[in-house]
Amino acid sequence: MARITEIRVNGKRHAIDADAEATLLTVLRDDLGLTGTKFGCGEGQCRACTVLLDGKPVHSCLTPVGDAAGKQVTTIEGMAENGQLHPVQQAFLDAEAFQCGYCTSGMIMTAVALLREHPDPSEKTIREFMQGNICRCGTYPRIVEAIKRASAAMKKS
Amino acid sequence: MTKRNIPEIAIEPERYEFQEPPLHHFELDRRDFFKLVGGGVAVFLLLPKGLAQESGRRGSGFREQLPENIGAWLHIGENGAVTVYTGKAEMGQNIRTSLAQAVAEELHVKVDSISLVMGDTDLTPFDMGTFGSRTTPTMNKQLRRVASVARDVLVGLAAKQWNVPPSLLVAKDGKVLETNGTRSLSYADLAQGQTLAQAIVENDPLTPASEWTVAGKEVPKINGRAFVTGEHQYASDIRRPGMMFGKIVRPSAYGATLESLDASKAQAMPGVTVVHDGDFVGVVAPSELDARRAAAAIRASWKTTPQPSSAELFEYLKSHAEPGGRGEYEAGSMKDGLAAARHRLKATYTIAYIQHAPLEPRAAVAEWDSGKLTAWTGSQRPFGVQQQLEEAFHLSKGNCRVIVPDTGGAYGGKHTGEAAIEAARLARAAGKPVKLIWTREEEFTWAYFRPSGVIEISSGIDRQGLLTAWEFHNYNSGGSAIRTPYEVPNQHIQFHPVKAPLRQGSYRSLAATANHFARESHMDELAHQAKMDPLDFRLKNLKNDRLKFAFTAAAGAFGWKTRKPQKGHGFGLGGGVEKGGYVATCAEVAVDTKSGDVRVVRVTTAFDCGAVVNPNGLRNQIVGADIMGLGGALFEAVEFNDGRITNGTFTQYRVPRFHDTPEIQPVLIDRKDQPSAGAGETPICGLAPAIGNAIFDATGKRIYSMPMAPNGLKKA
Repeated sequence: MARITEIRVNGKRHAIDADAEATLLTVLRDDLGLTGTKFGCGEGQCRACTVLLDGKPVHSCLTPVGDAAGKQVTTIEGMAENGQLHPVQQAFLDAEAFQCGYCTSGMIMTAVALLREHPDPSEKTIREFMQGNICRCGTYPRIVEAIKRASAAMKKS
Repeated sequence: MTKRNIPEIAIEPERYEFQEPPLHHFELDRRDFFKLVGGGVAVFLLLPKGLAQESGRRGSGFREQLPENIGAWLHIGENGAVTVYTGKAEMGQNIRTSLAQAVAEELHVKVDSISLVMGDTDLTPFDMGTFGSRTTPTMNKQLRRVASVARDVLVGLAAKQWNVPPSLLVAKDGKVLETNGTRSLSYADLAQGQTLAQAIVENDPLTPASEWTVAGKEVPKINGRAFVTGEHQYASDIRRPGMMFGKIVRPSAYGATLESLDASKAQAMPGVTVVHDGDFVGVVAPSELDARRAAAAIRASWKTTPQPSSAELFEYLKSHAEPGGRGEYEAGSMKDGLAAARHRLKATYTIAYIQHAPLEPRAAVAEWDSGKLTAWTGSQRPFGVQQQLEEAFHLSKGNCRVIVPDTGGAYGGKHTGEAAIEAARLARAAGKPVKLIWTREEEFTWAYFRPSGVIEISSGIDRQGLLTAWEFHNYNSGGSAIRTPYEVPNQHIQFHPVKAPLRQGSYRSLAATANHFARESHMDELAHQAKMDPLDFRLKNLKNDRLKFAFTAAAGAFGWKTRKPQKGHGFGLGGGVEKGGYVATCAEVAVDTKSGDVRVVRVTTAFDCGAVVNPNGLRNQIVGADIMGLGGALFEAVEFNDGRITNGTFTQYRVPRFHDTPEIQPVLIDRKDQPSAGAGETPICGLAPAIGNAIFDATGKRIYSMPMAPNGLKKA
């Protein structure tokens, strides 16, 4: 079985020894201890496990770690810089766009990808882009609000 | 010491909430206690006779040193750190913040200077569980009492030190000050060198809600930052040295028994342990992938028995009713009431099984150390899970600790400790700590469900539109909010328990959703018979002022009388009383007559839960309840056949998403003159009937089943 020996996460190279078929999610969580990325369904239906692969959002629960080799993986742990929250994180915190918070990492990572593609999204665009993310606490309106705030903050800076 | 058997799952939380006097009163062993916790000042709330949540057991750690009948306690360390200990669990309802606010209010310290230790059976006082909207009316009040006494103790210490009467001193911002002087001492100064423990029973005067300065305010979630950085650790994130990964080989159907097992291939895999104990089969492996592969390599055959299916569910419930329903209520005579009626109406309503589907599935990490078990798991009942583990593994008292990190959603669905028991069984066999995270399909299949139900109503109204008769039979759903809040002289109300085909238990608001759906849909139909506006009809039949106010407030904010629905749209309303809260919801729906698609356009929910503790958290709870309720109202239904769930994935089982979300306006009715009630559940009650009544308004079609439009209206 093919083994993967290195993975680049949040700008750092990590030596690992993982079966290429192991999911990126379990390698991040179990091998690297980056538990901010969550398991929600294993079906690609809830996006709690969203990370960025070369800047694109992927379901880390369905992505074999072999597919991530040689690419840049960005997780929720890589968003803040020197203790300064990313504007999307700050906006989620300011709008308190979470209740139990279990979906939050995936929401933020998807929103980061959204704002890269659409820096000034309409409400319709936000809803369409975020449609794959589930929040069982029903915090959707605040998440839309947070993304709007983040968009405004990012335009200013 | 006697042991109390807590029922494993009950249909209503009220069944858990029996209240018994404490069996024993023990004196605090002060010396031992402060050795564990460090010096300073501690205040314990001893629950008075009739209020104690009796545990009948002793824990280990701090709890071993404490009396049995403690409700909560608070410690001010020699460095001034304030730590509050409560057995309640946080799962998104925001009590970590609202309880800290209550303490801050009475202790006169900043909210962010308070740490809460929650849901840890070694550290926190026994608690029955976090359910039934009880945290705010009970724990909030208890912690305020504890904090207010702690404040008096600190003032007393300063008075002694300065040799002045306490009445000349005041506590403010973490200090005790002289009212007519310049001296001050911080709480840290006062706690320094102390080993002072005070136990209280009596009710102490509390700050009235009208004078609150911290409670009642928009305090942000106290550990909010950890959620946006991914730092917060849920049970599924716990890692232990040498930890292995578990996987369960599930039976092919409910109640199936193991006929044969071939685990040789799995057993031969490196690092894999196969565990076979009766019908329990599982594996432990060095990685999640290895565990999955090992489980897949096991060949098991199961003996199954025929079981009812969702297609025949409602006939089944009606024909399998059992005697023994509680809370039967009769007033006047139904015969007379129906005879006096100008209009009579009979209708039957059905409610499907639904699943909580918390985004964090059941998860646990279990670790054995010299015969002592520690389990981290997400649960609403840390002590209930502890008891289940003690029973499952025949553990003596003090040999099992359950730790519940703030949990990734529960909604009534995490009263039980399945994952912890399974992880513990695997860990014992492997001799290493084991993590077990259920798959989504396991969560959909092996957790439990909100009860399905059949509700039959027979009613009558007179010429003036006043109710004369009300007969209400609920099969299986449960008794929560089964009584009508409307004035009816002749009533017969009864809950009929059923030996249910699926494992069922609590859910946000329980049967109150089903009972409100049936009652408020029926009220709407009666209003139309009487040719009355549905709001006027309700107000005419109500005496309850707080509910009347909620209806009026919701209708006013929604524009019930001032706005008219456009073509294809409809307005509807529903509301009621439950768990000390008064709720009314107005909804506007749009129905696409070609596709049958139903879209909820906007919702207004007015909610009165007494004095509001945190408006920010409350709005989040109301909006969240409306969105969660929308799923059960329109499209959620668990399908099953022969002991198997046939739509147990997010691909097949639809939950509300961004596109389903209407514009939602929460209206907070802040009654500072009324005690605070819980807010996590009751706001969900009015939504389903409001949507159903709005669909009727839009289309003239009356829907009697939840979900109302699983495949759009046409096929419903």
